[in-house]
Amino acid sequence: MAFDYSWLIGGPQGSGVDTAANIFSRVGAKLGYHVFGKREYHSNIKGLHSYFVVRLSDKKIRSNINGANIMVAYDAETLVRHGLEIIKDGAIIYDASIVNTTVDQIPTLEASHKARLLKFFNSKNMEPNVSSILDLAKENGVKVYPISFRDILSNIANELNSPELSRMVRLFNVLGVSFSLGILKAPIEPLLEAIEDTFSKKPSIVDLNKKAANFSYNYASAKFSDFNSSISKIDKESNTLLVQGHQGSALGKIVCGCRFQSYYPITPASDESEFLETHEILQVKEDRPGSTTIVQTEDEISAIGMAVGASLTGVRSATSTSGPGFSLMAETLGWAGINETPVVITLFQRSGPSTGLPTRQGQDDLLFAINAGHGEFPRIVYASGDVEDSFYDTCKCFNFADIFQVPVIHILDKFIASSVVTCKRFEPDLISIDRGKLLEKIDGDYKRFAHSPDGISPRSKLGLENGVFWNTGDESDEYGHISEDPVNRIQMMDKRQTKVEQMLSLIPKDDQAVAYGKLDICIVSWGSPKGPILDAIEMHRNEGHEIGFIDIKLLHPFPTNYIKSMLKDSSIIIDIEANMTGQLASLIRENLLRDPDYYVLKYTGRPMTCIEIFDSLKKILEKKSEKKQVLTYGD
Amino acid sequence: MAIKLGDYKTQVHNDWCPGCGDFGIVNAIQMSLTEMQIPRHKAAIFSGIGCSGKTSHFINVYGIHTLHGRVLTFAQGAKIANPEMTIVAAGGDGDGLGIGAGHFVAAGRRNVNMTYIIFDNAVYGLTKGQASPTLKLGEQTKSLPNPNPNYNVNPIALAISSGFTFVARSYSYDVRQLKDLITAAIKHQGLSFIDVLQPCPTYNDLYTRDWFAGIDQVNEETKKPTPRIYNLAETDYDPVVHYSTNDELNEKLSQALVKSLEWGDKIPTGIFYKNELITPYTKRITDKIPNYLENPAAKQKISKNGKPTTDISKLLDSLRV
Repeated sequence: MAFDYSWLIGGPQGSGVDTAANIFSRVGAKLGYHVFGKREYHSNIKGLHSYFVVRLSDKKIRSNINGANIMVAYDAETLVRHGLEIIKDGAIIYDASIVNTTVDQIPTLEASHKARLLKFFNSKNMEPNVSSILDLAKENGVKVYPISFRDILSNIANELNSPELSRMVRLFNVLGVSFSLGILKAPIEPLLEAIEDTFSKKPSIVDLNKKAANFSYNYASAKFSDFNSSISKIDKESNTLLVQGHQGSALGKIVCGCRFQSYYPITPASDESEFLETHEILQVKEDRPGSTTIVQTEDEISAIGMAVGASLTGVRSATSTSGPGFSLMAETLGWAGINETPVVITLFQRSGPSTGLPTRQGQDDLLFAINAGHGEFPRIVYASGDVEDSFYDTCKCFNFADIFQVPVIHILDKFIASSVVTCKRFEPDLISIDRGKLLEKIDGDYKRFAHSPDGISPRSKLGLENGVFWNTGDESDEYGHISEDPVNRIQMMDKRQTKVEQMLSLIPKDDQAVAYGKLDICIVSWGSPKGPILDAIEMHRNEGHEIGFIDIKLLHPFPTNYIKSMLKDSSIIIDIEANMTGQLASLIRENLLRDPDYYVLKYTGRPMTCIEIFDSLKKILEKKSEKKQVLTYGD
Repeated sequence: MAIKLGDYKTQVHNDWCPGCGDFGIVNAIQMSLTEMQIPRHKAAIFSGIGCSGKTSHFINVYGIHTLHGRVLTFAQGAKIANPEMTIVAAGGDGDGLGIGAGHFVAAGRRNVNMTYIIFDNAVYGLTKGQASPTLKLGEQTKSLPNPNPNYNVNPIALAISSGFTFVARSYSYDVRQLKDLITAAIKHQGLSFIDVLQPCPTYNDLYTRDWFAGIDQVNEETKKPTPRIYNLAETDYDPVVHYSTNDELNEKLSQALVKSLEWGDKIPTGIFYKNELITPYTKRITDKIPNYLENPAAKQKISKNGKPTTDISKLLDSLRV
């Protein structure tokens, strides 16, 4: 039988939930499983609720399910929020000290959430506290395992004869992972290795953490030996990586030659820039070391201004941001457009409008990315569906920028950024670098915006002999000098617009959109719903129902003819995306003159699970669905 | 072969108003480039928006006419990516101290090795003479419906307190001094700033050429006007920070700040403050990327026969499980 197991760990922000989840993910990967983990957290440094769900499976997975099999709760809030998500035959490991905590005693729980819980307990005629949740969990067939984390820490301190350890609550994260693996009777070596990997930069605490792990693993496996499920080592696929979401695009930037990135701190984009800066010195084959210059700027206006300035010197350059920052970049985007300057903007979407849900998932910025900036100018808007795609797509985006001399907005999102996944080792050999018409040598008279049949002029760069040119945000002549001549205006507007046809004919079809399965009943989507959609249609296939899927990657210019040809025989089109209005659907209506038959939308700020997509598709197949379904799962 | 002054001039028609102070600034930049014999392809003028924004079109080196207030962002990006370029950024006082004030302050903190020239005429000329950040409270230039309700920015003081390491003022009709200051600013190791006072003959009827020349303050004995503009270099004022001590730094900073407040009958020009003991941004980068200056972003080869040459195998190994 297939192995598919989800583990949830939760506690106050800053309590080490992330570290614990990273260790658990590593253990899962080392045991040979596919890993899919997602992180959920508040916009807060310390204290508010955060949790991590890690799913392990012996087959490829691309999303989370609803609920989890095992939960580790550091605090009462985790228990009351997630206790009833634990499924039959699962287990809840919790800190024994919280058992009597009432809902009212949890100050970090929002009032609206408290009211819902109180209403729920009231309807069940139960006291609104942790022990009621535990009772209900038991009724659900879940084992509950109280452990005093502090007592365990004291015991470890005694055993190691170092009393100060009893105050090291930091160790709780290793304890939580070790208890879980203990009751699952997992081999212990991968846990010890994962601890070594995780703390490799702090060798002084590796040994301590390993001892703590050993102790708590043994404690839980001996004390809670009645737990029925177990996890064993399976054959691992070779060449597997365990990757954090932001690392895909960062590694893509490094390998495809992005040598300048400017950014202003913003969730969930900054991790990518920080990764690039951490690895700023680069190994180059048969050459001296290279480097990426990362500049933290005073705001996002400066971030894109610097990236464009760097691009003028012939450097592949980028900026990385999220919705609020991208809003500030709109004017410079237009400047890059009229001056035909390549630049890549990596847009990690989150929920808007305004600050919105700053640490939560959303796909609300598609139409904004397409329309940002005043005036009319060509650009490319490109989306990636998962971490692995984001690596290869990043490299494509830089090629597009260079070939077409346009700004490219590469859309990712919070779901991708804060997921942890196993995937096939990235293959740099599959990457090609095409700088388009960038010149290395110029003789004679040079015109930066010389007319050419494809609308793309040979491009000089700052510092190139005979290559002097002018740029201006005003309309310009072929040299780049200001021109308000109406005839020139038409020529220049048309020249730039010619590139749109070039994009649609030169970007390979497989890079424009990817189709999966038979398209009679066909999902259309873009970006990160890809994973849960693929998992959900696989579940339907296992039940004998074929549902196709088109992942549209090139969102602008919209590949109308290609999408139309793929959908021409589709009897039902289902639009799935993480926003309120169905922004992709509006592009389909506009370009294909066809309204999707169903909309499955989610705008709670939480990522879609494969289960909720499966259920929504089931309703559609059974003809029980309204035109629009709104997904709500997740906390 | 020597590069001549004419080589730095473009054929673009100059559409500034007759008598505009901008002419003197463009001439001084061209004279400085000639004096320094900077190859045309090794220099770039970045400009903002407004009358002064057109400067880049009149000078025959790379000319990047950017966005309102954003000139420093583009210019710094280019300089950091290709530190071999001589970069001069130019813009009006509204551009740099109004809409672009945040970038002005941040640029000072960074101290990138380039030059920023503000065309300071106290009005927004191209939009027909609204009050700009250097117009003083209560002053009313001719197209203003009411006196200016805002206090003025002191560009010299703001530059000094933001971390600029070369801070000077000039006057657009003293082209020789301005040329010398631009040359000194370009040679300076760090971010240099020149605030150039310039009449707007069309919209600023307060700070006119005659006013700067002091025709309203006639010396009773000589019967000649007493010019407001004077050159600090002709006094015993020493703007240079000579030692890395707090006492020396504080003395030179406060001296410059006090001097920046002098306005009215007498207006100082010349170098107010110069400190090459503060590391320029390039040095801050080489501290972490040792070969940055020999192999900056603009010089790096990223591919061979269309394939990447960057080797990420070690990074990928570190993610292996």
